[in-house]
This record gives sequence, C-alpha cells and structure tokens, in this order.
Amino acid sequence: MTVAFYIAAAVSIVATFMVITRVNAIHALLYFVVSLLAAALILLLLGAPFAAAMEVIIYAGAIMVLFVFVVMILSAGPREALQERQWLRVSTWIGPAILTAVLLGELLYVMAGATGALTTPAQVTPAQVGASLLGPYLLGVELVSMLLLVGLIGAFHLAYRLGKGEASEEAGGKR
Amino acid sequence: MISQVPFEHGMIFAGVLFFLGLAGVLARRDAVFILLSLEIMLNAAGLAFVVAGARFAAPDGQVMFLFVLGVAAAEVSLGLALVLWLYHWQRNVDIDNARSLRG
Repeated sequence: MTVAFYIAAAVSIVATFMVITRVNAIHALLYFVVSLLAAALILLLLGAPFAAAMEVIIYAGAIMVLFVFVVMILSAGPREALQERQWLRVSTWIGPAILTAVLLGELLYVMAGATGALTTPAQVTPAQVGASLLGPYLLGVELVSMLLLVGLIGAFHLAYRLGKGEASEEAGGKR
Repeated sequence: MISQVPFEHGMIFAGVLFFLGLAGVLARRDAVFILLSLEIMLNAAGLAFVVAGARFAAPDGQVMFLFVLGVAAAEVSLGLALVLWLYHWQRNVDIDNARSLRG
C-alpha cells in the first residue's frame, strides 16, 4: 500500500496549496478539511490509528467548526473576497513565496542525502500510546492541561469584555 | 493495511506542508487566514513527530502529536477570540490594523 501514501500526500499538498491561495474563507476551510482527511489517511498508513482518529475528531471536527463559526460571525461576503483579492497581489506574495521555496529546496537537499531507512510496518496501538502518556509523559499531560485551562480563561476573559462592550453600546444607544 | 515508506519521504511531506503554511502566514493579511496557516504549520509539525515515531515503532511520536494538538486547540481558541475582538473594534480583520494592544 505504498502508493496510497503518495496519493494521499499529493492530495494533502494540493489541498493545502488551495487553502493559502483562496480568497473566500469558507472555500479555504473546506479545502483544509480535505487536507486534514488526507493527512489522517497517511497517519493510518504509518501505523498510528489513534493519531489518525484524533486528526479527524479534533482537527477536522472541533477546530474547523470553531473556524466556521468565526467566519460566519464575521459574515465574509463578496466585499471581503474583493478586498482579499486586492491584498493578494503578485508583489505581495512573491517575496514570501521565493524565500519559503529556497528554504524548502534546502530541506529537500538535506533529506536527499539521508539514509534509506524505511518506516516500520508495525502498528503502535492506542493502548501503547495511553501507557506512554500516563507513564513517562505524565508531566507533559499536566502541562497541556494547564495550557488548555489558560486558553479557556483567556477566551472567557476576551469574550466577557466583548459582551460587556456590546451591552454598554446598546445601553448607550437607548439613552 | 500499513505501508512501508521511506522515512525521508514522510519527513519531506511534513516539510512541504510546513512551508506552505509558512508562506501563508507571510503572504496573507486577513487574520483568519493567518490563523489557518498557523494551524497548517502545527499540523505539519505533528505529522513529522508521528513519522519519526513510525520510523522506530515507538509511541512517543503519537504522544507528541497529542501535545501538539493540545497546543493547537489552545492557540486557536485564543486566536479566534482575538480575531472577534479585532473585528468588534475595527470592523475588519486586517492584521495591519492590530497595532495597538490597548483594549
């Protein structure tokens, strides 16, 4: 099934290229979902079923839904797409494109001279991942939980002030 | 159904995705697209960890992928809250308008 890896990699790279070149945010999000599903297939082929499931559930599910909500709240319409098209001129993207292409070329050059090692055909089961998470990586799990708590409190703080600002604006309008 | 691919090809795949995300961050001005490109970069980093884990049949790669996932979730929740904040005060999501951090 080696050819499946290359097909999925090509799909993922093409879809990601479409993500960074679209002017409509919803189109970009849908292309990114395709890219993530192809990446999940690659994870499955590499013998990481748990990571593949997390890729679909959390990335393609939760995080993309969050993006869709925000794009819907911002109500991106034809006007925004027009503005985005004006921003996305050749003079804007040619510099970053050349610089990143040079860096990518260097990466390819380095990788071309590496050993011909293959990935192992063995599957790393979710049970092994769980045992490793709650064994040697217990401190990392605690740190990630604290990071998520900080993210929760920060998002709540921003949304609370946003809601209060809107409420006072409405009150000012009534007055 | 597990495929055996050269280790370098998996790393090159992750690297191409990472550089596409980097080009997106540098070239776009819309804050939503910049956050989306950051997600591409974080996802590529996680993929590189899993490829390296598959090289040695070790669970460490997937553990690191989960940590990257946690970082991405925290980053996207705060980032999108800041985008809404920016839109609320500036009425657009041009990142060039976000020059003053005062509320």
